Formats: sequence, structure tokens, C-alpha cells
Amino acid sequence: MRGVRAALAATVLAAASACAPAGEGTALTVFAAASLTDSFGALAERFEADHAGVDVRLNLAGSARLAQQIQEGAPADVYASANERTMREVAAAGRVEGEPRTFATNRLTIAVAPGNPLGIESFADLAEPGLTVVVCAPPVPCGSAAEEIERITGVTLRPASEEQNVKAVLTKVRTGEADAGLVYVTDVLSAGQEVAEVELPEAARASNDYPVAVLKDAAEPELAREFRDFVFSDVGRQELLRAGFGAP
Amino acid sequence: MPRVLWFPAALALALVLLPVAGLLVRTDYARLPELITSPASLNALRLSLVTALLSTVLCVLLGVPLAVVLARAGGRAVRLLRAVVLLPLVLPPVVGGLALLFLLGRNGFLGYLLDVVAGVRVPFTTAAVVVAQTFVAMPFLVVSLEGALRGAGDRFERVAATLGARPWTVFRRVTVPLLLPALGSGAVLSFARALGEFGATITFAGSLEGVTRTLPVEIYQRAETDVDSAVALALLLIVVAVVVIAVARPRALEGVRS
Repeated sequence: MRGVRAALAATVLAAASACAPAGEGTALTVFAAASLTDSFGALAERFEADHAGVDVRLNLAGSARLAQQIQEGAPADVYASANERTMREVAAAGRVEGEPRTFATNRLTIAVAPGNPLGIESFADLAEPGLTVVVCAPPVPCGSAAEEIERITGVTLRPASEEQNVKAVLTKVRTGEADAGLVYVTDVLSAGQEVAEVELPEAARASNDYPVAVLKDAAEPELAREFRDFVFSDVGRQELLRAGFGAP
Repeated sequence: MPRVLWFPAALALALVLLPVAGLLVRTDYARLPELITSPASLNALRLSLVTALLSTVLCVLLGVPLAVVLARAGGRAVRLLRAVVLLPLVLPPVVGGLALLFLLGRNGFLGYLLDVVAGVRVPFTTAAVVVAQTFVAMPFLVVSLEGALRGAGDRFERVAATLGARPWTVFRRVTVPLLLPALGSGAVLSFARALGEFGATITFAGSLEGVTRTLPVEIYQRAETDVDSAVALALLLIVVAVVVIAVARPRALEGVRS
């Protein structure tokens, strides 16, 4: 029994110390769209190097899920989303400080197996029977962009699957289950040699704007504004450009 | 029973019930009928029921022999197999889905063979959903049955054999009746697990309405954009699970001999 009590006490102590602030360090919590994983990861490191004692914590997920978490009261200082609709939702819930600003654009492209063995050349080729095509589901940003391209080109796809996020589409192409998938330009870049790209010029007319905003009730409002401005700085632009994003 | 057990028992119950209560509180009852009778919801519900039932049948057909072998055969290899059978319980479902892809996908060795020899492709089909569900649900059946068999011992089977019964007769007339109570609870557990299956399904089978988008996948998708509608569907899933369990095997979960 004494052993149990000691273990209990130790657990309570450990839990208490885990909640306490860690030394003098300050944490800045940034909620960012999953497609920003690489670029914001690099930005966070640079920001930490410039600000001694600051720990940037990235929460990376689908924009819609992040918007929901923020509306449910998740503690966050900065929100960077992959389209304007999700940012509007957060703004409508009264959680945004000031006006969100667009810092990057992204557009869809066609991802195929390395070397493009099936010789896919255009969006219209994706509608050919016998081809396994995977897209995002319409409610998520990459899905609504795909629908927009269907509308622009007048080509209707018959996808084998409508995935929940763009990384899932990429996985299906990477593993060879899908012959082609509609993903962002930045995803093709981050996948390196594992997939090849087929240019999709029509996508330029259906590009997403990426807005960023400081959140109301941010624990570190000063630092949050600095981080937002850092995204717009030369360093920020370079990182985004390198990841394949377009300038706003 | 020591009274002190009541305290942790109540905590355990609260841990299970309170989140469900939270779900009930958050439900938008005005929109509920409209949300759960939309074509997308009904398609997902139908697909879930059909695939979970098929998976349960597969679990029984394959899991009963496996449990008997594991419980009755000896040797070190069998002891190792007992642990291996539990793997789907430990694997994150997404990893299970990837594993299935690497086996049955286009580039998996079995998938490649099926494609070349029979022209069959499993991923993105309803069959893939059933395979994924069976994969994650099977351990529940096997563990329940194996535990029951080992608890009962093999003395009845030995006696039957000494009285001249052939192995097949022993299996049919002694082993299977011994299994029946545990089979009920095992099948219900498997069904419940198959009904809630999500991670392996979305990874291995994808998500397309009426083909592979089961109720949990539909819920996941809606949770991104419309929480109310996801909550309504979650409620539907819970009600379906409770009704099916109550109707199919009222006493199954008690594990009593019927």
C-alpha cells in the first residue's frame, strides 16, 4: 500500500511540474496548415535563433480542423490557414485580432508516378476510363480547388477516392495505388523523387490564398505580431518561395 | 466485494459515460432528423452495416479454427503465434492500413499477383473495407474464444476421443458447443470493432460515397467542416451499435451459458 501511495504521489508531482512553465523560456503557439509543415518549420527555427529563450510550438493540421480547435478555445497565438474560408470562420467567431493578411498562394497540380509511365499530359487525360485518380473531398480546400478546375475545364473526374487531406492523396500516389492525384505544387516539391508532376496550367485560375492572423487573447501578443511580420519579411518570403508557394 | 472498489468503479464508469453525455449535450436536435436522413448519411449507414456484418462472418469462419488451434496445439511456435495474433490490437490502425496496402495493393506481392492472374484490384473497393475491418476485429474474437477454451480445459475432448469419437466429431459435438457462449460475446465485440473501424479503412480502401465511405469515415470527414452534422452521425452510430448488440445477443456480453 505504501508503494502505491508513493507511486501516486510521484505521479501527482510529475503532473504538477509538467504544467509549470519551463524555466524562463516563453512559448509561442502557432497553428499552421499542414501544407506549411516544411516552410513554417524552417521559419520557426530561424525565429527561435533570433529570439533567445523563445520556443515556437507548431500545431500542424488541416486548416478546417485548426479553425475548429481555435473556435473551441484552443490556446493559440498565431493562425496561418490554407484558404480564406477557414480564416473567415475564425474571424466570425471573434478570435482574430485586426485584419488577416495573405502571405502566400498555392495551386493544384497533377502528381503521377516517377517518369510518368502512363503518359498523362493534361487534366482531360485524368477522365480516361481505367485510370485510378484520387482527389481531396469537396469540403476541404484542395477538394474545392479541384471542383473549381473541373468547372473551368468542363472535364468531370470519376475519382476512386475522395481523401480527407492533400497528404493522403499524395500517399496514394506515392504507394502506387493511384495513377494520378491532384495535390498542391508544394506537395510535389516536398515529395522529391517519389512522384513526378504533370503541369496543370488551368490551376492558376483556382489558386488558394494563405492568410495569417494574430489571435485575440494570445498569451504572447507581442511575440505573435513579431512572428506574423517575420512571415512577411525577406527571410519568410525566401522560405515560402523555396517550398514552392507563390507570392500574394 | 470490498466497498472501496466502488470508488474506482464509479470513476471508470464516468470515464466511459461522460464523454458520451458530452456528445448528447452538443447534439443539435432540431437538425438531427434532417442530418441523419440525408442520402450521404444513409449510404454510409447501409455500407457500414453490410461491411461490419460480412466482417463478423469472416471473423467467425476464420477465427474459430484459429482459436482452437492456438488453444489446443502445443509448442513454442504456437506460443509465439498467440502474441502475433494480437498485433492488430497494438498497431495504430493507419499502420494496419498501410500494411494491408503493402500486401494487397497494386505493388504488394499478393496484390500484384491478383492483378496479373485474375485482374482483381482490391484497394478502393468495398471488399477492401471488409478486409480492413476483419483485420482489426479478428483478435477480439480469437482472444475471447481461446481464453474460454483454455479455461474449460480439454478433458471433455479427451474423454470423447477415448470413447471412439473421430477428431471431426469431437470438434463438432464437444469443442463447438463449449465455445458457443464465448462465440456470442466474441462475435459482438468483433462486430462493434468492425463498425467503428476507421483508420485502416481510410488508408487501405479510401473514401468514396456508397463504395468505401463507411459511417466512421463519413463522420471524420464532416468533423472537419460541420461539427453538428458529425455529432449527429456519431449519435446514429452509437444507437445502431447498441441496438444491434441488444437484438443480436441480449445475453452475449454477460458470457453466461445459454
